[in-house]
Amino acid sequence: MEQSEFNSPGYSIPPEMQAQVSITTLDRIYNWGRRASVWPLMFGLACCAIEMICTAASRYDLARFGMEIMRPSPRQSDLMIVSGTVTKKMVPTIVRLYNQMPEPKYVLAMGACASGGGPFKEGYNVISGVDKYIPVDVYVPGCPPTPQALLNGLIKIQEKISGESIKKARWYQKGPDQAEIAIPMLGPDLIDPRKIDLIKTNGNKA
Amino acid sequence: MTTPTTTSTFDLGTSFPGKVSPDPRPGYSGWIVNKDDLVALATALRDEHGFDYLSSVTGVDYFPDNILEVVYNLYKTTGGPGLLFKVQLPRQDPVEVASLVGIFPGAELQEREIWDLYGIRFTGHPDLRRIFMWESFDGHPLRKDWHEAYFEDEAKPFKSRWPEGKFSLAEAKNIYEDNIAYPAGFDPEAQSYDSEKALYESLKVYQKDEIGLDTDHIVVNLGPQHPSTHGVFRIAVVLDGETIVSLKPVMGYLHRNHEKIGERNTFLMNMPYTDRLDYLSSMSNNFGYALAVEKLMNVQPTERAEYIRVMMAEMTRIANHLMAIGALLNDLGTYFTPMLYALEERELLLDIFEAVSGSRMMCNYFRFGGVARDLPEGVLEKIKDLFFERLPRQIDEIDRFLTENEIIRSRGIGQGVLTAADAIRFSAAGPLLRASGIPYDVRRAEPYGIYDRFEFDVCVRQNGDIYDRLMIRFDEIRQSMRIVQQAVKQIPVGPVLSVKPAYQVRVPAGEVYSRVEGPKGELGFYLISNGKPNPWRYHVRAPSFINLTAFGPMCVGHKVADVVAVLGSIDIVLGEVDR
Repeated sequence: MEQSEFNSPGYSIPPEMQAQVSITTLDRIYNWGRRASVWPLMFGLACCAIEMICTAASRYDLARFGMEIMRPSPRQSDLMIVSGTVTKKMVPTIVRLYNQMPEPKYVLAMGACASGGGPFKEGYNVISGVDKYIPVDVYVPGCPPTPQALLNGLIKIQEKISGESIKKARWYQKGPDQAEIAIPMLGPDLIDPRKIDLIKTNGNKA
Repeated sequence: MTTPTTTSTFDLGTSFPGKVSPDPRPGYSGWIVNKDDLVALATALRDEHGFDYLSSVTGVDYFPDNILEVVYNLYKTTGGPGLLFKVQLPRQDPVEVASLVGIFPGAELQEREIWDLYGIRFTGHPDLRRIFMWESFDGHPLRKDWHEAYFEDEAKPFKSRWPEGKFSLAEAKNIYEDNIAYPAGFDPEAQSYDSEKALYESLKVYQKDEIGLDTDHIVVNLGPQHPSTHGVFRIAVVLDGETIVSLKPVMGYLHRNHEKIGERNTFLMNMPYTDRLDYLSSMSNNFGYALAVEKLMNVQPTERAEYIRVMMAEMTRIANHLMAIGALLNDLGTYFTPMLYALEERELLLDIFEAVSGSRMMCNYFRFGGVARDLPEGVLEKIKDLFFERLPRQIDEIDRFLTENEIIRSRGIGQGVLTAADAIRFSAAGPLLRASGIPYDVRRAEPYGIYDRFEFDVCVRQNGDIYDRLMIRFDEIRQSMRIVQQAVKQIPVGPVLSVKPAYQVRVPAGEVYSRVEGPKGELGFYLISNGKPNPWRYHVRAPSFINLTAFGPMCVGHKVADVVAVLGSIDIVLGEVDR
């Protein structure tokens, strides 16, 4: 982190002390630590996962941003990169994984399919974007996005983390720290428990 | 080296009089077999006529005609052209036909796919469950009268958008704001659905071990989110201690309805979709699809295009095998290091793809009658540099680092063996088949493009274990380099497209089954055109998918830790498995 980023709470430091002393806010140093150690979930869905692997490899080197530790377990990770087409059969698993991730957690929708269905949108087993089920922080366009585009998306996540405040963060407030999302069920078609009333009224009509 | 033994197509009519009749429809080439004679005919073809390899089974729906068809493609592992025959069934439920799993076990997953998507019941199938969709799913989606919630029109380009270019979000037209529809009068709380029950029931079918202690069997699920399943693949295993007694692959988590969308697209629109089948080797998929449509259209690519195609297909093979080697080593526990070596070389190949097609992975480069554009300036020199200077050295280096490694040898040699006979029975293809000692390569067995002009060996290894499947990929990389080295010297100048570029191509009515040797095995496209701008049937014979038929038998009796190694050595890509 640049010296100037640290030293800006309005207190002046004598010039002879500047090499030894930094004055900063808790938010700044806390967010700096968090954004430089984002652990993505090792979770590849489709084509985009290959570009995600390439991003982690030597040429694009995710490690430069403190993100090289991909965790296979959702319990240890704080960023879900939804890298590919989200299908109806897969969506219960994705929501369950999201619920299992500890707060604070972020979601990056990588590519056209995860953002809005992409070329396969009309398919009978395809969800029109993962944001129908879980909240998404950053969308990265592309089919698949190049590693550069993914890196740009990850930097956006870092910017978002930098802008957060401990005082206002939802997961430090009173009340339940987790916002669990109801897991969809597989019936004759995908059933979203949040829409069950709508399905009932619509079913009676037909 | 396998050379074609027969050049003329086998005449089914004279061998089985009264049981078969040639397909009378114009453009169709196959034979129609009586439903009741199917099993006897298939047995005779395998035992007496040498058609021992069931390449593909698929269904076709001739709605509104009252016909459902099951199409079979047989080949000989000694080489030569294949045999296409079909059974016609009336469309009234229940649609039933005898299963061929007893004769060709390679039909197992494919018949499940047909049951899932067409609702054709195969009597005598040992485990007829849905494969891509879940058990309680409503309807059989590839039937022509089955429409999804976002359904707009039978064929693209949709009239609402073309030619004015107006569009609206599909979500806005659906009450659930997603591609979701329920049967009339559906009450979501009336019953509970358990899509897993049928799977666990089928897992229980195994030989009980009668000797030894009375132990409990436990069910373990690997995936769909698992770092070693190469995507969203799921493996359900029953374990006795650490030993696998029963294993079922579970797929469909990436079922993107390729074929349903493909039947709505125009012929050219399908080209970028083929990229997303086996997304590690898009050029090779392009090749297969372009060849199939060219066969129907009866056009020939230009000379220069032929060379570009071969070069691109072989570079794809190298890129894919590098990825396969890296991933297999990951699965064996090296974390990421060999992958970094492999990806370093793959990036250089991707640079070439990006230069010629504009995209690293989804190249969409082939066109009917050639390729989309000529090689840009300097690319040929880049290829020369790479293939004469750098790549041979680097492949040798990776080979030297890995193949003498103690751990790789002890985890690979003698593990996950697939015998030659089993490989043929289970319709294994590509490196999986060749590592088991069957020198079968479509590039030699039924040459396509200009592969007959190049000198290369069909790689073969004898033991059929994990180590051989790793080594054969190194062998194939070296052969592919040989081909590219020859092609780069011989490539002529000239046009790269033999026909006028067009968004809509005229494809005469007929059927075609065309196959190429993709990096993962035999990639086939079965197309039916009825003369309209869209294919009536668009089926992909996906090697990753069919290779998985042998996965269960290869793993039973091994330790659970070997499952990921065996899977890594098969080299699957979920885009192709689930389509």
